Amino acid sequence: MNFLLINFFLISLLLVTTFFIFKTTSLISVVALTGAFTLLCSAIYVNLDAVDVAFTEAAVGSGISTILMVMAAAKLPEGKKNKLLNLFPSIILAVAISLILIIIIANLPLLGDPNAPIHLHVVPEYLKESKDFFHIPNVVTNILASYRGFDTLGETIVIFTAGLGVIALLTSNTLNRKTNFKKNKKNER
Amino acid sequence: MVGGLFIIITSQNYLKKVVGLAIFQTAVFVFFVSLAKVLDGTAPILTKMANAYSNPLPHVLILTAIVVGVATSALGLALVLQIYKNYETIEEKEIESLELKSDK
Repeated sequence: MNFLLINFFLISLLLVTTFFIFKTTSLISVVALTGAFTLLCSAIYVNLDAVDVAFTEAAVGSGISTILMVMAAAKLPEGKKNKLLNLFPSIILAVAISLILIIIIANLPLLGDPNAPIHLHVVPEYLKESKDFFHIPNVVTNILASYRGFDTLGETIVIFTAGLGVIALLTSNTLNRKTNFKKNKKNER
Repeated sequence: MVGGLFIIITSQNYLKKVVGLAIFQTAVFVFFVSLAKVLDGTAPILTKMANAYSNPLPHVLILTAIVVGVATSALGLALVLQIYKNYETIEEKEIESLELKSDK
């Protein structure tokens, strides 16, 4: 019971944070609220017994991505209080999607049910065998590095590509839009 | 999750759109991890004391997805910076009007 109460409390905090991210216009407070959001998420992960995920979320999600966003926000101008775009269709879309999700959730097995289909396939073998195979008690590490090692390789490739893209974007001065646009602006003056 | 989608569509500021994308992702992650929970289970680190463990498979998937998510948001931020360099604004409507002006 305690577990459910804590979970409910944390998720309602998440909703409040999302609302304030939506409300605020100042960029640096949006960034700070995002950091708080991911930190709350890592608390939820600890509550759901996903310790490794909580570590990663706290270090990567809440640490590195907040640093990146602060660095970007420092270079950008202050956000302006503008009118919201497409307000009416997006409300309809949001309500429709949440209705669909609620209908789907009603069909899912209950939270924490040990006989849910997700717990019956493959995973019991992982839990039983992995210690004899790899001599590491942490099953998450075993799956990440051995059983699903190619996934992790693919992940590294994705990160490498993203890094290349970031470098290419930040260092390129040859995008022609810039020169055209700057020229136009100078002519106007 | 729907909140994140809502922010992506309605806000004009591009940085806020990137933040909305991150929120959307994180909500999906929380959903995945909640599927892995077993009542009375502990974290999937084998000890002699525990008799039930949470499902480690979604944890692995989410570990991968978090890191990839940070990579995508870094790419998005770089795009936003480049847009700012070119247009000197990151509000969607202003960029639109500038585009219309430069076409004439």
